[in-house]
Amino acid sequence: MSAEPQVRIAMSEPEPMLECEAVWKLFGDGAGRFLDRRSATVSLEELHAAGLIPAVRDATLWVREGEIFVIMGLSGSGKSTLVRCMSRLIEPTAGQILFNGEDLLAMPEKKLIELRRHKMGMVFQHFALLPHLNVLGNVAFPLEVQGMARAERERRALEVIELVGLGGRERYYPRELSGGQQQRVGIARSLAVEPWIWFLDEPFSALDPLIRREMQDEFMRLQSMLRKTIVFITHDFDEAIRLADRIAIMKDGAIIQIGTPEDLVTRPANGYVADFTREIPRAKVLSVRAVMSAPAESTAGEVRADARVQEVAIAVTAEDTPFAVLDEHGAVVGSLGREDVLPVLVGLEKPPSDSARHVSMSPGPR
Amino acid sequence: MTIAAVPRGGWLARIPARRHAVAWLVLLAAATGAHLGREALPGVAVYPESWIVPLRFWISDLMKWLVNDFDLGLFTFQEMTRSIAWLLEWPLRAAQSLFAEGFSRGIGRDAVEVVPRVPWIALIVLCALMGLSARGFGLAALVAGALLYLAVFGQWDSAMVTLASIVIAVPLGAGAGLLLGIAGFRSARVERLLAPVLDLMQTVPIFAYLVPVLFLFGFGPVAALIATVIYATPPMVRVTMLALHQVPAEIVEFGRMAGCSRRQLLWKVLVPSARPSLMVGINQVIMLSLNMVIIASMIGAGGLGYDVLTSLKRLRIGDGVEAGLAITLLAIALDRLSQAFADRPPPAHGAAAAPFFRRHPFLIAAVAVLAGGWLVGFVAPGVQDYPESLEVSTAHLWSDLIKWINVNFYDHLEAIKTWLLFNLLIPVKRFLTTVPWPAVIAAVAIAGHRLGGWRLAMLTGTLALFMAVTGNWEKSMITVYLCGVSVLIASCIGIPVGIWTAGNDRVHRVVQVVIDTLQTLPSFVYLIPVVMLFRVGDFSALIAVVAYAVAPAVRYTAHGLRQVPAQLIEAATAAGCTRRQTLWKVRLPIALPEIMLGINQTIMLALSMLVITALVGTRDLGQEVYIALTKADTGRGIVAGLCVAFIAIIADRLIRAWVQRRKREMGLD
Ligand SMILES: Nc1ncnc2c1ncn2[C@@H]1O[C@H](COP(=O)(O)OP(=O)(O)OP(=O)(O)O)[C@@H](O)[C@H]1O
Ligand SMILES: [Mg+2]
Repeated sequence: MSAEPQVRIAMSEPEPMLECEAVWKLFGDGAGRFLDRRSATVSLEELHAAGLIPAVRDATLWVREGEIFVIMGLSGSGKSTLVRCMSRLIEPTAGQILFNGEDLLAMPEKKLIELRRHKMGMVFQHFALLPHLNVLGNVAFPLEVQGMARAERERRALEVIELVGLGGRERYYPRELSGGQQQRVGIARSLAVEPWIWFLDEPFSALDPLIRREMQDEFMRLQSMLRKTIVFITHDFDEAIRLADRIAIMKDGAIIQIGTPEDLVTRPANGYVADFTREIPRAKVLSVRAVMSAPAESTAGEVRADARVQEVAIAVTAEDTPFAVLDEHGAVVGSLGREDVLPVLVGLEKPPSDSARHVSMSPGPR
Repeated sequence: MTIAAVPRGGWLARIPARRHAVAWLVLLAAATGAHLGREALPGVAVYPESWIVPLRFWISDLMKWLVNDFDLGLFTFQEMTRSIAWLLEWPLRAAQSLFAEGFSRGIGRDAVEVVPRVPWIALIVLCALMGLSARGFGLAALVAGALLYLAVFGQWDSAMVTLASIVIAVPLGAGAGLLLGIAGFRSARVERLLAPVLDLMQTVPIFAYLVPVLFLFGFGPVAALIATVIYATPPMVRVTMLALHQVPAEIVEFGRMAGCSRRQLLWKVLVPSARPSLMVGINQVIMLSLNMVIIASMIGAGGLGYDVLTSLKRLRIGDGVEAGLAITLLAIALDRLSQAFADRPPPAHGAAAAPFFRRHPFLIAAVAVLAGGWLVGFVAPGVQDYPESLEVSTAHLWSDLIKWINVNFYDHLEAIKTWLLFNLLIPVKRFLTTVPWPAVIAAVAIAGHRLGGWRLAMLTGTLALFMAVTGNWEKSMITVYLCGVSVLIASCIGIPVGIWTAGNDRVHRVVQVVIDTLQTLPSFVYLIPVVMLFRVGDFSALIAVVAYAVAPAVRYTAHGLRQVPAQLIEAATAAGCTRRQTLWKVRLPIALPEIMLGINQTIMLALSMLVITALVGTRDLGQEVYIALTKADTGRGIVAGLCVAFIAIIADRLIRAWVQRRKREMGLD
């Protein structure tokens, strides 16, 4: 990353790269006028009655620099529309979007094009490769559009092709590649310009489960090297918890809850989110901190408070005495014993219990 | 009698449900009454002359004013048409020189040939190479064989004139179509504007184009070129709009996200992604150009069309057949070649890595053949021009064959002709020309209302009224009669053949090739055998129209039947239906909407062919256009052409409305 977008302020929270404030997108005639008249409190029924399709309703969120922000929801919940509003591929009906502090919606066409050429990358569900260009041509395309000279853009393209593991295939045409390989091209192409923000709209859902897994690993490998700011869309919760720093859950165009995977499981905002997260193996999401008990006298070892239960489960259940739980400064904050871990592993824990709301103090149900 | 036909008691209450039945009965009664009382009401039986709106004179005056007095400010209208003609003359002349005449310096008798035209051998090898690179040896042989025929049978010179026009017309038509299509794709307003214009341009008969072009640009190859381009452009516009709309949304979004400007998005993303569909459009442009170039021999195109035209006029049967065959072969070669280029598999890796001469073997070979042919041509005249002493003429053979058929089968042919004339043609004609005109208009409007509501009723009624108001009523009815009978016969042939091919893969393949070829042939060619066997008149026209228009009836029937879901047929079989029952009770009813779309196409083709059969002496709107053409009477030609277009539009809208309703009823939408 040559150009780091912002000076990091010496604070725990990084700056937001992208902010959405009360964003609306209604499809249908006269949507703008309708919203102006009705203010932002309009209900779903009213919208349907007016013959409008509410794709995004009153979405407010911000994406921090360097995080993977996942948007989740069922088919038709408005995920794609929201992410297209963020890149202004779709003009929102109302609301405000700030990219790196600048008002995206007020930006003139020329500036927007510049922004997309240099600072935004996007990966598509069905790859969207240009059929008449080979891998090299496809990956170099965004650079060609910028007006970069042929030799230079091909050199740069070859680098990213190498990076995504397609070295030696640069002369292949899209139809000669498997789905997984095609999406690697899609990824390489979106990375060629070194974007600040990287949008991925269900990049792996058109792939077979095995390949999908492989691509997720590949994606994590890339991210660990590049540290991009990412908006990732999926309707697969497994994928979301594997990749996400934070998750936004959407339903009927509205964002219902934003939080870490653990937040969503331990403190779902409502029954819908609870239903959504019910099938998730708790051990994968819950941190040690969320299930630990009060500090114990004798301990068999130490575990970190922010580790996932799954990571420490085998060690903890093998011992009769509990483990000490340490926070990031090395201070003991609790203990973790077999009786804390087992209910999580067999799925006995009921998330929306009162005690779970006070994780920092209570270790959870016995 | 109308009242008695409706059940007594509460009949008024049933009107909404039976409104149309009542309307039809009232109409029938009124028409019968009018017919019986035609002495008393002459204006109903025949549209009164004094009510005719002299639209054709207005149009003619307008055209005259355009040409003589209209000033666009910087230049006059006439200067504009002249400069267009001048601009087009150069490329056309260059192509003519390249293919047909050779480049010379000086004029007339003093002309000295500087560079001769493309040697015939070089051109044949060149086209064979194109076939080879696009598909393979089969296509190369086909193309080379077709061109060899032209050389051996003495058609080379004319064919090259025709080819030269096509070589110029196709890029112009395709380019104009592409640009207009792009404009329509980019702006919904332009698209809305283009839609009716395209509809009209594709239904106005070919001849009608020629009249204003002749008037504006005079008689000659340039006028013919202009008519050809105008005729070949509309389908390309449609194909372009469709192809661009069909580019996947994600690809467009990618282009925008990559930061393409509008122009980059269009030329680097949209157009290349739509290339396969656009190639289909170019194939259409080529075939339509050929069709029109042949017909445009009437306004001075020259070439093969001119040969056919003169032999038709002089009834020189053998020459006509030879030229007709030449057109046929040229059409097939052009069609297969352009289709092969359209279907060419997309590129594969590996190709681009090789050095230039390995990557483009055909290009190198082609250049070598051309250069070599030209060089050798200077010393060996046999390479330059096909030696006249080796030319073969089959004209006598064909004349003799026709004579023989006429001598031996005259009575049979005549009997068939007479029987059909007296039992089908004349009764239908008499009926249609005696039904009072208001009754026909009302009938068309009622049908429109029943199928598509008031808007459709207004449209069909108004269009029908136009024919009466402009004084073309009787000719329009003759057109309807000829078209109707032809479509009836074409359906009686086409639908059973379609049913047959739907059930049998081998037959399907054979029939497919036959109807593909039938659809490739320029319409002019159909006149040749018909005139020779049946001479002039309605019957000859009928046969030509049926032959030209039968293909869609076959194609759509087969397609519709093959589309019937397999589970429905299984269900019918499980219910114990015999094959015949399955056909009549399940497959045909479900395929009917599709079959009707085929009939619709058949009607469109029939109308376009019907106009051309004016050459064999019909008395319909086509004749009207033809006369207008020979007199360069623009108004008359345009008005008659519009009448034909309106008949087509009425039929099209009614059938489509019916199909849509039927599909909705069956839940197929
Ligand atoms: N161009 C459009 N015109 C009208 N309605 C649209 C348009 N695009 C999307 N919609 C509607 O907006 C709603 C949200 O669509 P969107 O594509 O954002 O959902 P999604 O969450 O991405 O679904 P999926 O998981 O299927 O991709 C849907 O009801 C959809 O039908
Ligand atoms: Mg989506």
